[in-house]
Amino acid sequence: MELKNKFERAVVLFILFAGGLLVSLPFIWMILSSFKNDREVLSIPPTLFPENPTFQHYIELFQNLNFGVYLINTLIIVLFSMFGLLLNTMAGYGFGKFDFRFKEGWFMIVLITMMIPGQVTMIPTYLILNEMGLTNTMAGIILPGLIAAFNIFLIRQFMVTVPDDLIEAARLDGAGEFYIFFKLIIPLAKPILAVQVILTFIASWNSFLWPLIVANDESLYTLSVGLALLQDENVTNYGLQMAGSAFMVVPIVVIFMIFQKYIVEGFNVSGIK
Amino acid sequence: MNKSKFNITPFLFIGPAVLLLFVFSFAPILVSLGISFTDMNLSGLANWSQINFVGLDNFIQLFQDEKFLQAMGNTFFYVIIGVPLAVASSLLIAVLLNFFNNWVSSTFRVVYYVPSITNIVAIAVVWSFLYNQEYGLFNYLLSLINVDSVPWLEEPVVARLSLILLAVWKSNGVSMLIFLAALQSIPKIYYEAADIDGANRWHKFFKITLPSMSFATFFVTVTTLIGWLQFFEEPFVMTNGGPLNGTNSMALFIYQEGFQYSQFGYGAAASFVLFAIVIVATLVQFKLRKTD
Repeated sequence: MELKNKFERAVVLFILFAGGLLVSLPFIWMILSSFKNDREVLSIPPTLFPENPTFQHYIELFQNLNFGVYLINTLIIVLFSMFGLLLNTMAGYGFGKFDFRFKEGWFMIVLITMMIPGQVTMIPTYLILNEMGLTNTMAGIILPGLIAAFNIFLIRQFMVTVPDDLIEAARLDGAGEFYIFFKLIIPLAKPILAVQVILTFIASWNSFLWPLIVANDESLYTLSVGLALLQDENVTNYGLQMAGSAFMVVPIVVIFMIFQKYIVEGFNVSGIK
Repeated sequence: MNKSKFNITPFLFIGPAVLLLFVFSFAPILVSLGISFTDMNLSGLANWSQINFVGLDNFIQLFQDEKFLQAMGNTFFYVIIGVPLAVASSLLIAVLLNFFNNWVSSTFRVVYYVPSITNIVAIAVVWSFLYNQEYGLFNYLLSLINVDSVPWLEEPVVARLSLILLAVWKSNGVSMLIFLAALQSIPKIYYEAADIDGANRWHKFFKITLPSMSFATFFVTVTTLIGWLQFFEEPFVMTNGGPLNGTNSMALFIYQEGFQYSQFGYGAAASFVLFAIVIVATLVQFKLRKTD
């Protein structure tokens, strides 16, 4: 369908613009408020732009609160999630390009875990971590989220399309299986892996539930758990709360802006039409 | 390579992932099913001999538990209002974006997608500020047009609607992209043929656009429905189920039983009730699509 004339175009553009402003409003308000001082942030009527822009809240995050520690913990989780993505990719390749005994059975396990709601496994996964002595450890925070069945499934769908002859030719040339995987398969899978890298980064940066359940010591808190604690302890200090939120949100938005092309195209790659 | 011989290579590739998946995702399903028939709690965790088999008691008790029934009612409230709103709003955005094929489309696609990639805790902190009855921006804006202050998170029904608004805002992005991909795959020739027949815009939308997108709509509706049945993070971080249990959802109930009251058996039983509802809802959707 197409628009008939300039007037219609202007109307649709206006609706999109107004909608976009409404959608962005919470972010705009967050950033503006984070630079206001304690008095101004609670003033009625509120000011739009900070009268005396201040960085005090951002400094406080690191000086009086432990946001430095939270940031390092979050980055550790992000790092390991990339390792998890490598394991997912290996599994997707294994399921897509090899024949082995009980393959359907193993793949069925992947599919079943993909369909089960997280709430069903939440309590027993905690009990299993507890039996393994992993509660209140970094390993306990990382392990439950390391493998994503849906990613294995997606990557397998891609791997099936890789021609067998290509792999066979490499084998005839005497290439080892892992050499083939790292030097041939991964470069081939770049478009889909690029999307997965970004989505995995975003998901692990944002991860909240397992750090919350597993971490008891503040030294293991991630940014999101630390932010929830900040809100509990500074109920009316909205400037500080907004600074903490902005510190979590802005980096991810910037990364998304840089790589958004891959994500938008990635939806066509995954074949949902 | 001899195929009849046992080949270790594929297991080196799938081994690590499948092992981790088995321990942390698959085994828990079995454990959950097991403990849902027991009275396992904190003392049972320390000493397994304290765990007793109670048969279906947990399930019977659940359906007599006011708090659980209320959480179930709230969940249906979220689904009945939230799912149509979420599907319709993402479809509307996609249709409007699809009118443009230039910077407008690419820019606003990013703008509408951004909420779905941001952290739920940060979002909750920001929206709690916006929703604040005294200092919040929303009530200030409403006061400009002489509307009395709204108890956004202080009154059960209003609080549920506030959470729905937040969740729709956050969830639009992915559905919008799926709808856009579907819209762009409709052949232009259909519309040209309709133009020749003199069809107006509404005819074209209802007779060409919507039918051509039936699979995308189905996919989005099913995934949205499953997601909303498991509504958890928004009430958890915004209201913790209050006021008066008015925003509690089934998923949050399970979390509370498991991690606040340490009633692991009871919580696991509740999780299977939720799972059963998810399966039934999904099957109904598939059934409806077949009769289409």
